[in-house]
Amino acid sequence: MSLRSPLARVLGLGAAGDGTGHWWAQRITAVAMLILGVWFAASLPGLDLTDRGAVASWVAAPMNSVLLILLIAVGAYHSQLGTRVVIEDYSRGWAKVAGLVAVQFIHVVLAGAGILAVLRIGTGG
Amino acid sequence: MAEFRLPENSRIKPGRKFAATDGAKNTRRFVVYRYEPDSGENPRTDTYEVDMDRCGPMVLDALIKIKNEIDPTLTFRRSCREGICGSCAMNIDGTNTLACTKATEDVSGDVKIYPLPHMPVVKDLVPDLTNFYAQYASIKPWLQSRTPAPPDQERLQSREDQLKINEPSACILCACCSTSCPSYWWNGDRYLGPAALLAAYRWIVDTRDEATGERLDDLEDPFRLYRCHTIMNCTRTCPKGLNPAKAIAETKKLLAERRH
Repeated sequence: MSLRSPLARVLGLGAAGDGTGHWWAQRITAVAMLILGVWFAASLPGLDLTDRGAVASWVAAPMNSVLLILLIAVGAYHSQLGTRVVIEDYSRGWAKVAGLVAVQFIHVVLAGAGILAVLRIGTGG
Repeated sequence: MAEFRLPENSRIKPGRKFAATDGAKNTRRFVVYRYEPDSGENPRTDTYEVDMDRCGPMVLDALIKIKNEIDPTLTFRRSCREGICGSCAMNIDGTNTLACTKATEDVSGDVKIYPLPHMPVVKDLVPDLTNFYAQYASIKPWLQSRTPAPPDQERLQSREDQLKINEPSACILCACCSTSCPSYWWNGDRYLGPAALLAAYRWIVDTRDEATGERLDDLEDPFRLYRCHTIMNCTRTCPKGLNPAKAIAETKKLLAERRH
């Protein structure tokens, strides 16, 4: 049982002076995902997904490569922002710290792998 | 981890039943949460049949009738019985509201009454609001100004400026909004909740206040303010028809505005 006053408990460690950047980034990346998502969805019907060569040459087109890399990077960043909030909401103590670190690592690895795949296809690899 | 099930000793069991007095024709059943911490027993729901021909129209009227005539051990808070003190806030028919302004006829079937959700229960329908009040105190709910007040008159405010604080000033601190918010349930120790944030907004937009920057500084925190995920339960449940969700959104906009 804590003998701290209720007000002392509420004031806790004080305001972190942060949160607005995260909130703003969530909105900006959501808008970017909307634009990139519409482009990607609109591009799919024109592609024969059973023809590897045709898909590879579509990916290799400079504009498509740039937009695909942006889609992967922005998607990973947006997903990382969201899953971080879920972990902060529901976990405590070391589970929270481990979860936050894991989420950031996983997203960086996934984004790195996705971008590398686009670059390799784009350079004929 | 957050707990999604009630602990073993908090699970609710069926309780006693009190039939209406003989001759009652127009009866309604009130299923009321009961908890007596000193007894060591689990919470239960007692069922009271109330003769509505001899009862006022509001749920609070029925609770007072039950306490006066059927079961004097039933415990709840009430004071003004006209929606201005906020004492009788409770969960009625699945929604947080004031028992004194909720008409029994607006509830279909049994009238199920529980204390405000996810708060420690002192007894029956009385929740412990210590943390809630401390959160309100933490936002410094008073005018802060470095400019001395004019010696011969009040601090003046235009009609338009008064309009900005009219609605947020009407909050009665009943805690219906904060205790309806899932984010407050899971993180009520660090998230201030819609009621305290609505109060903070009331002072942030008060044109006579000179601590706007400091007030925004105090809220700029991933938990204190940004645990609000725009779920909107607060606005939906407010028995005074206020909009804490909008106040929180406006506060976030002000924080973004001062950065760009």
